[in-house]
Parts: sequence; structure tokens; C-alpha cells
Amino acid sequence: MTDTELRVSKIQDGTVIDHIPGGTALHVLAVLGIDGSGGEEVSIGMNVPSDRLGRKDIVKVEDRELSADEVDVLSLIAPQASINIIRGYEVSEKSRVSRPTEVVGVLSCPNVNCITTGDEPVDSVFDVLDDGVRCRYCDTIVRDDVASLIEST
Amino acid sequence: MRHDHLIGAKQLSRADIESVLDRAAEFDADPTAFADAHPDALLALCFFEPSTRTKMSFETAIKRLGGDTVDMGTVESSSVKKGESLADTMRVVEGYADGIVLRHPSEGAARLAAEFVDVPVVNAGDGAGQHPSQTLLDLYTIRENAGLDDLTVGVMGDLKYGRTVHSLAGALTNFDARMHFISPESLRLPRNVRFDLHESGAVVKEHTDLDAVLEELDVLYVTRIQRERFPDESEYRAVAGEYRIDAETLADARDDLTVMHPLPRVDEIAPDIDDTDHARYFEQAHSGVPVRMALLDSML
Repeated sequence: MTDTELRVSKIQDGTVIDHIPGGTALHVLAVLGIDGSGGEEVSIGMNVPSDRLGRKDIVKVEDRELSADEVDVLSLIAPQASINIIRGYEVSEKSRVSRPTEVVGVLSCPNVNCITTGDEPVDSVFDVLDDGVRCRYCDTIVRDDVASLIEST
Repeated sequence: MRHDHLIGAKQLSRADIESVLDRAAEFDADPTAFADAHPDALLALCFFEPSTRTKMSFETAIKRLGGDTVDMGTVESSSVKKGESLADTMRVVEGYADGIVLRHPSEGAARLAAEFVDVPVVNAGDGAGQHPSQTLLDLYTIRENAGLDDLTVGVMGDLKYGRTVHSLAGALTNFDARMHFISPESLRLPRNVRFDLHESGAVVKEHTDLDAVLEELDVLYVTRIQRERFPDESEYRAVAGEYRIDAETLADARDDLTVMHPLPRVDEIAPDIDDTDHARYFEQAHSGVPVRMALLDSML
């Protein structure tokens, strides 16, 4: 994307998450636990034309650099996303997401009879399969619409 | 076998299973001869759901080994009624006993419990999840009657919610067993069990009709189709009737077919099978004591 195509302004320091599937940017923010309550400046572009994805979303978060774990979790809902760490208006680091082996405390088990859905002092844990996720407590496998399991949505 | 906890059948190797079954055979030969094995061992029985066979056989097993039980009692009479979490209950009970046998209505309960305590936890049934100690006694019965290799097993009934089925299917992947699963479409094996069977490379077929496979079977494992799984009584009756067996049903079966059931049965096995050579379900229930003696002996 060139400067003339920018729909939101450049950020000085922070993270730009690009190539998010169109319409799922809010899920990405939910995964990252960003809901605005922390005071972060967040810019979102949704359903922007993209050669690679047709339509894509872009998220820019000011003054926040994503950790490796956060980036890994993104792979569940945005496997083609690219992460740009911005320092002083320039791209300092550029990386693609990679699939984690497990996801802790991010997804809520859809099995209402799973012990993790009760009032127990544990985080949910999902093992990541080739084509889905599996609750480590009750073994429920979810293949479709993993984003709907994100706890804070 | 050396495990800190027994949560699901998937954690059991063939060597684990065979060592428990071998030891169980020793206990079975003379259950009264091992009263010095675990003197003073205390086993906590935490049953958040009703149980007859599992609870009584664990209690008998630890007493045969020289130990005793402490019993949480019913949920209605415990602090659970006051809203205590399972994690807290387990941390309290850990201080009273050398091991915990847990039955709970939620899937994953035993795994959670094991994370909060250092004493061994045995999953005695977690919702529609797993029931691995039942599987060990099922395998003991299969080994006694049909052997555990070059085996063709039919599992019939409620395969979706039947935790004994889920554990048995997982454990049988350790052996040279061909598995046939017979159920109404709405009660077929859950996705996670089918996934594990596929990953293991097991030979598995699913059917809606017992007749399609009856003649091939060495073992027919029957489970109860529960009324509460169906929206109305008439639909339940229609389905349940299709998966009920009697002596006439077994006319085409092999003479040495072993018929098993985790019990309790309602009417899925007619009483006229009880007196045939096929019936092994009471023998199966009795083996709960020596098998659980062997399991506790390996864990305490």
C-alpha cells in the first residue's frame, strides 16, 4: 500500500497488522485483548481492496509492540496476516504469523458441559490441530469459525 | 503402569494395560491374600453423580488391599451445594487421603482436578467424556473370553454420550482389533473420538444396523440408549427398539460371541440372553474389583 492509498494516518511507534481476512479485524482486537479501555490509539481499516485476499482488514495500534505469543494466536483467525513493528514512522521489523501448538486463555470452549465453562480457577487451553483446535479438558474439536470462540467477543 | 493420574484411556499404552491386567489376574485368583499390600492407605471417593458398581468396587478394592475409604457423600450433603469450586474441593480432599477417585458430570473434571493436587486422581467418569478404569475391566473381560489380538469388536448403543465407549475405543487402538460401531445416526461417535481413531490408524467401520456385522463379531459391547437424549418419548422408543438384543437376535451370531455391557441395563439386553454362554456382563462387573485393586496398587 502506498502513501496515497492510506485510509488512516501513519503511526509513529506501534504495530500494524496487515492482511487480516476482510471483516475479522474486531476478532483480532479481541484476541489481543484490545478493547479501548487501556487507552491505546487504534485505527482499523475494514474490507479494504487487496490483491492477495480480495478484501482485507488492517489494524494499527499505537505504542504497542505485539509479543511473539500474541502474534501466534492471531494465526488461528488470520493465517495470512503480516505484522509490522513500527518505530519512528518506519517499519522496523516485518514478520508473518506462525501457528502455535496451544492457545491459553483466549478461546472459550463451546461445550457447555466442559469443566472450564464453570466457575473454576483455570484458563481454557486449546491444542492447535492442522485444521482446528481441541479443548485440552473435554477434547471437543472445533474446525469451523474458531473466531466465534474468542472469550471477549 | 506408572502414572500419577488416570484421566483418559488415551494415556494408556499396551504395556500399561497388560501390566494392570496381569496384576489383576493375580488378585482375581485370591482377592483375600493381599490385605498387607497397602495398609493404612486412604482412598477418597468423590462422586458428584450416582454410582453403584464403580464406587462399590473401588471401595472393595482398597479394602482388599488393606486400606480404607473416606467418602464425600452426596453433593446435596457437601460444600459443593454451597457453591464451592471443584478445584477447591479437590485441594481440601487432597489433605485427607492418599488418592482420589472422582466422578463428575462435567467433561474435563478429572483433568482439572489433577492439576490442583499431588495425590493420584482416578477419573471414574467425567460427563460424556471418559471412564478409563471401566475400560481396564472391560479389557480384562475381553482378554479372558476372546483374547485381545486378532479381535473383532462391535460396540452398539449410545456412542455419542457413552463415556465407557469413548475410553474403550481409545484403548483398543493398542491392539490388533477391528472395530464396528453400531448406533442411530444421531448417536454416532463424537468427532474427537473419530479423530483419534483415524489418527491411530485403527480399522473402524460405522453402521446403523447390527445385522450387517453380527456374524463377524467376537465381542458385542452393548450400551444403554438414554431416554433423556431424545426430544420425545415416541422417538426414543422407536430408536431404542432397534438396538435391543435378545436370544433370537443372536441366532446368527458365532457360538463363542461374548456379549458385554457396562451396566446398568434397562431393556437393551433381554433376560433370555442371561443364561446363554454369550452373557459375560455380570462377570465383567465382578472383575471391577481385581482390576481396580491392580490399578490402585500401581498408583498408590
